[in-house]
Amino acid sequence: MKVKTISRSSDNYVPVRNTQESSLPRNLNPALHPFERAREYTRALQATKLERMFAQPFIGQLGDGHRDGVYTLSKNFKNLSQFASGSGDGVIKYWDLVSRDEIISFKAHHGMISGLCLTPQNQMLSCGNDKYIKLWSVDTDDFENNINDNEIYESKNNGLIKTFIGEHSFSSIDYHHDNKDLFVTGGAQIQLWDINRSKYISNLSWDINNVSKVKFNRTETNIIASLSGGSENNIILYDLRTNTPIQKCITNLKNNCICWNPMESFNFVTGNEDHNAYLWDMRKLKKSLNIYKDHVGAIMDIDISPTGQELITGSYDKTLRIYNINEGHSKDIYHTKRMQKIFCCSYSMDSKYILTGSEDTNIRIWRSNASSRSAIKSSKQRSKLEYDEKLKEKFKYMPEIRRISKHRHVPKVVRQAQEIKRIEIDSLKRRQNNNKRYNKDLPNLSEREKHIRGLAIKDKDEE
Amino acid sequence: MSTKSTEYQRDTSKYERNGNYSSKRSTKDKRLNSKLQKIDKQYKDAIHSAAGTDLLLQENEGFLEADGRMEKTFKFKQDDIVNVVDQSTANKKFDLNLPEFGPYQIDYSRNGRNLLIGGKKGHVASIDWRTGQLDSELHLNETINAVKYLHNDQYFAVAQKKYTFIYDKQGIELHRLKQHIEATLLDFLPYHFLLTTAGQSGFLKYHDVSTGQLVSEIKTKLGPTQAMKQNPWNACIHLGHGNGQITIWSPNVSDPLVKLQSCRGPIRDLAIDREGKYMAVSGSDKTLKIWDIRKFKEIDSYYTPTPATSLDISDNGLLSVGWGPHVTIWKDMFKGKHQADPYMNHLLPGSKTDKVKFVPFEDILGIGHQKGFSSIIVPGSGEANYDALELNPYETAKQRQESEIHSLLNKLPSDSIALDPNFIGTVDKRAKNIRLKPGEINEIENKEDKLEIRPEVKGKNSALRKHLRKKTQNVIDVRKLRIEKNLQKEKEARQRRRKLNQGIPEEENKLDNVLSRFN
Repeated sequence: MKVKTISRSSDNYVPVRNTQESSLPRNLNPALHPFERAREYTRALQATKLERMFAQPFIGQLGDGHRDGVYTLSKNFKNLSQFASGSGDGVIKYWDLVSRDEIISFKAHHGMISGLCLTPQNQMLSCGNDKYIKLWSVDTDDFENNINDNEIYESKNNGLIKTFIGEHSFSSIDYHHDNKDLFVTGGAQIQLWDINRSKYISNLSWDINNVSKVKFNRTETNIIASLSGGSENNIILYDLRTNTPIQKCITNLKNNCICWNPMESFNFVTGNEDHNAYLWDMRKLKKSLNIYKDHVGAIMDIDISPTGQELITGSYDKTLRIYNINEGHSKDIYHTKRMQKIFCCSYSMDSKYILTGSEDTNIRIWRSNASSRSAIKSSKQRSKLEYDEKLKEKFKYMPEIRRISKHRHVPKVVRQAQEIKRIEIDSLKRRQNNNKRYNKDLPNLSEREKHIRGLAIKDKDEE
Repeated sequence: MSTKSTEYQRDTSKYERNGNYSSKRSTKDKRLNSKLQKIDKQYKDAIHSAAGTDLLLQENEGFLEADGRMEKTFKFKQDDIVNVVDQSTANKKFDLNLPEFGPYQIDYSRNGRNLLIGGKKGHVASIDWRTGQLDSELHLNETINAVKYLHNDQYFAVAQKKYTFIYDKQGIELHRLKQHIEATLLDFLPYHFLLTTAGQSGFLKYHDVSTGQLVSEIKTKLGPTQAMKQNPWNACIHLGHGNGQITIWSPNVSDPLVKLQSCRGPIRDLAIDREGKYMAVSGSDKTLKIWDIRKFKEIDSYYTPTPATSLDISDNGLLSVGWGPHVTIWKDMFKGKHQADPYMNHLLPGSKTDKVKFVPFEDILGIGHQKGFSSIIVPGSGEANYDALELNPYETAKQRQESEIHSLLNKLPSDSIALDPNFIGTVDKRAKNIRLKPGEINEIENKEDKLEIRPEVKGKNSALRKHLRKKTQNVIDVRKLRIEKNLQKEKEARQRRRKLNQGIPEEENKLDNVLSRFN
């Protein structure tokens, strides 16, 4: 007779000392885990509800804000915690995110600050409507530590390194990411400057007279994209190596803002007056790659996260929306009762936080993922969160889970505007369909090329 | 090369899910195709790595084998086995001699650590049976029909003479479930937190013990229920009835999901294996039948010399049958081959078995009988390797509390109980037929148009007219004449009123006033 029975020694399973962890043997045989799918689903539902419960996007504001609306924000690409902001009364403030307080402020220009950029050399370029470009040092060692808000108006030259005098008022400024001396300005013309010269070194304009935004490509550093408004709504690309424009694309309505994708250097997004944002491939401007809908006001500023996966849009409808770069509708909407029209928004360099500057003089900090917390987590917590994330992903199409995860409280004004916009769009579509029915020759334009009037330089195969 | 080939020899069959995972699915959509392929790959990887964890399992299953052809395993006595096995296992074979209050109903807690016994004549005891420590002992002075632990050893339910009660570990009465009258059978669905009762009333009742609400009560319409067991795989309740039928129930449907005619006489007991594949049914007609409950097909039929009173299937698929003073244990009953000999036998001299139950995660069988309780060794019955995050026989108080919270958070809703436990998250293939096609929506709208709202107009029917209509036309009696006359009068009065309203002066009566009296 051969006999064997299960005989567990409790020494193997029961901890001997208090401090010892008890062993938790696993057996992954599905027979021991009934209702696998149903239990995963309830966990996913639970996780979705918890995510919405913990969704508190708003963290706070920076210091006491400005004394006028905030119209420009600039991040320091080399520093996680430092930002500069420019307001309508010509004051620039330099902020520290850790203490959420200002490090220094300058009375920089008369009238509005229209362009601001922080360079990796801890310097700052600003331009304004007063035809001046100013170069500042933001190295904190250069200042006395306790300068209060009143003193800056007296010691106007604090931190100022150099002043450039232009021929016209400026609307935008950006620096070259490889060559530390070069920067470009937009205004009546688009001009290239050298820090060491007092006059601009070249004029890139292509029969336009109103450049509203210029942006250097950060990877392909000699490419500049510019937007112009007014009578013509153009996106123009320039190449510094040949000192010539490459392409011009004319859109139906004005583009307000532009941002290059930091990970895919040939792609950029623009925010348009028609409430949509567009993703473009600079090689094929005939058709945009994606449309980001949902806003009910013109998009005033746009930024792509340093990971290149998400983008934020600040809008005239007083809300901020967050999009996945390859989805057409927003995954989140941020708003507060007091926040006014957003004129600038920016991701922090770790893409965990978002800053918005709005007309109500405040700069607000938000979490880019509303339910995430940045506190240090134990490995148990972390694995739980990762598991929940996977479950939510797995069951995201289940009606109950989708309903809960998509639900957002939207301000009444926005809701009403959405309703009106829906009716407008429906009637437009109806009219287009009717036109098409009686006129077969009408071109069949896809949604992604409807907003484009045309290109200045046609492809060879098209001709 | 050799390591790679050994890797691919892993036996993944145990870990395969029955869902329709296959890499042959394809659509015209390339993006979707690549996503499907990705899912397939993930599934295969997961199964493969799960199969890899087989190496880490600490314990091995038990077995009992005979040497040579002349020895038979069913000839071995418990004493023989006790002499051979190690001391800790030998200690698990014991008898409780309780002749006064029997026969005894028994139940083990879900992790197999605690034993609950309930004597017909009112004796209840909750015991940590491995240490022999008595948690509580009650003398209820009332008939006890069934006992059942709830989700852990902290609470247990007792079906008493009239009501069902819930006690806690110390034996304090917590609840009297007044809706559950004359219950004789109890079961508990641990993932749904549902206590189910059935009995003399012929009702099947589901009670949510986490919220205290009666979830549903279903009339079986088949008389007193003889047997009740849950299918642990899909949480459906199987009931056995006096007419030899087995019915399968879910709390949200008022009719049985399935009806099976199993025996010619009343059902005595039934048992279902842990993966919900097979069911064993014993009837008063001395049959023991094995069913495949995926196909609802009878696989095999056995004969019991006296009707089997109690059945149980262990985690490893051993079937124990209690009949009269005997307990027979069968092996490989569900593999399609008729077994000539049982695996083991046990005799309780001078007693009658009432309830047999395998201990989870142990090679032990508990027997409640007329003269008390016996625990016998059945090598190879239990699951050797438990999953501590599911059920842990060695859990501490802290772990027990934590797992209680977790299981409450993940409580499954009662309306998710169906024959297929994995229906959630699948596509309803009927939906295509049920769903309206674009054109059909207009039809529905048109139908609604036809139901116009009419202004409310007073009908011209009066009681008099109705009476006239009912009367046969050609019968003329006094009442009919009177009615006709009254109607005529009414009509004239109406006309007169109308004319007055229109301003037409009333016509003078042409007839002599004298004659008008005959009108």
